[in-house]
Amino acid sequence: MGDIVTMDDLTNQDIVDVLDDAERLVPVARGDVYLPLLEGKVLANMFFENSTRTRMSFETAMKRLGGSVLNFTSIGTSVAKGETLYDTMQMVDGYADVAVIRHPRQGAAQYSADAVGIPILNAGDGAGNHPTQTMLDLFTIRQVHGTLEGLNVALVGDLRYGRTVHSLSHALVRFGAELTLVSPSTLKMPVEIVSDLKEHGAKITETDLLEEQIANADVIYVTRIQKERFPDEDEYVKVAGIYKIEASDLSGAKKGMIVMHPLPRVDEISPDVDSTEFARYFEQAFNGVPTRMALLCRSLGIDVPEKVK
Amino acid sequence: MSEMRRVTAIRNGTVVDHIPSGNAMQVIKILRIDTDRATPVSLVMNVPSDKLGRKDVLKIEDRELDQEDLDRLALIAPAASIAIIRNHAVAEKMKVELADDLVNIAKCFFWNCITKNEREPLPQRMRVTSRDPLQLRCYYCGRGQEIDELIENIL
Repeated sequence: MGDIVTMDDLTNQDIVDVLDDAERLVPVARGDVYLPLLEGKVLANMFFENSTRTRMSFETAMKRLGGSVLNFTSIGTSVAKGETLYDTMQMVDGYADVAVIRHPRQGAAQYSADAVGIPILNAGDGAGNHPTQTMLDLFTIRQVHGTLEGLNVALVGDLRYGRTVHSLSHALVRFGAELTLVSPSTLKMPVEIVSDLKEHGAKITETDLLEEQIANADVIYVTRIQKERFPDEDEYVKVAGIYKIEASDLSGAKKGMIVMHPLPRVDEISPDVDSTEFARYFEQAFNGVPTRMALLCRSLGIDVPEKVK
Repeated sequence: MSEMRRVTAIRNGTVVDHIPSGNAMQVIKILRIDTDRATPVSLVMNVPSDKLGRKDVLKIEDRELDQEDLDRLALIAPAASIAIIRNHAVAEKMKVELADDLVNIAKCFFWNCITKNEREPLPQRMRVTSRDPLQLRCYYCGRGQEIDELIENIL
């Protein structure tokens, strides 16, 4: 019931409710207030692929709410000995109350959700989806713009393998966003996703030129071109470093426009952007904590109090 | 001469009628009909049809199709009508119906789908996202499936 595999597992009202919960949990996320809502609960962090921010922010979220965490990486474990995902997840079902899973194979989160009874939160399945990242992205957007409705968002970079933009674009069009998809032709958004977005009646523009999008955008969401997802390294070399935003490129941007990035970045956003009014990626990374707190509470059926103090 | 009589009537077996013209060979493949089987299979292709304009018809002796066969058949011949023949008479009529969810009919073609590990025990599942034109996606990884590839990956 509490599974979140894709953004389809949350209605628009669910999204707004989780963001409201997350907002109230910010003082807890910062460590200013102790609120042990998840005391006695155990989270299994199942990372079959590397992670920094996602794993750590889930761990912080759980611990700040009084819960405990089992950390799993596939290196040097039974997975390395050839255990199936099904068998590994059966074990977790017995050890934890909720599990977060990141896996290099697409569909691994849905597969896990079907394999076990505890709630599964998808923290990235290959080039598939990353809905908890989307929730913190939406939190960041709403924090700045005060709304999720009708924004003009440019998604930039690796739209083909970038799972964060797959989930985010699905969510944004449900709130009436106008999307500009900026990528080299080899890294365009998958056709299934573009067709889903158009079904929602969204206005979608596809282009490989970033410069002319800057003046119109309310949000520029930049992604890293992910070397590890390319089946062929030659293809990676052709497009590596294709987009690079510097502070001077943003002189014509709207007031209130924000630059976001799921991080880690390589060279797609120059460090001189960090000190501009546009940069939001570090706040965005912090926002993972309150948002994931709210998501953990939702999956475990725990209500966040109306007043947090 | 009735179009159905272009080939000899069968004693026991199944007649698959209203196959879209040109698709009979794919039907043979999807129903996993061995070409070295002992009993005859008759094939009529491209005959006039009120319903389809042109159609193919297949008569398979000594094999009665079951529900699982019909679920497979729905992928390429969603309008097919099936007659089970026993002792030269139609004993049963069946309609092909495309389910919303196809379980263990075909394998996902995508190289990085979780189901590519043959040892993973959960069933293969496809979701029908559009009926006309037919479009399917893997339930787990969400990838759109090419019908030709699905036929190659039939279980």
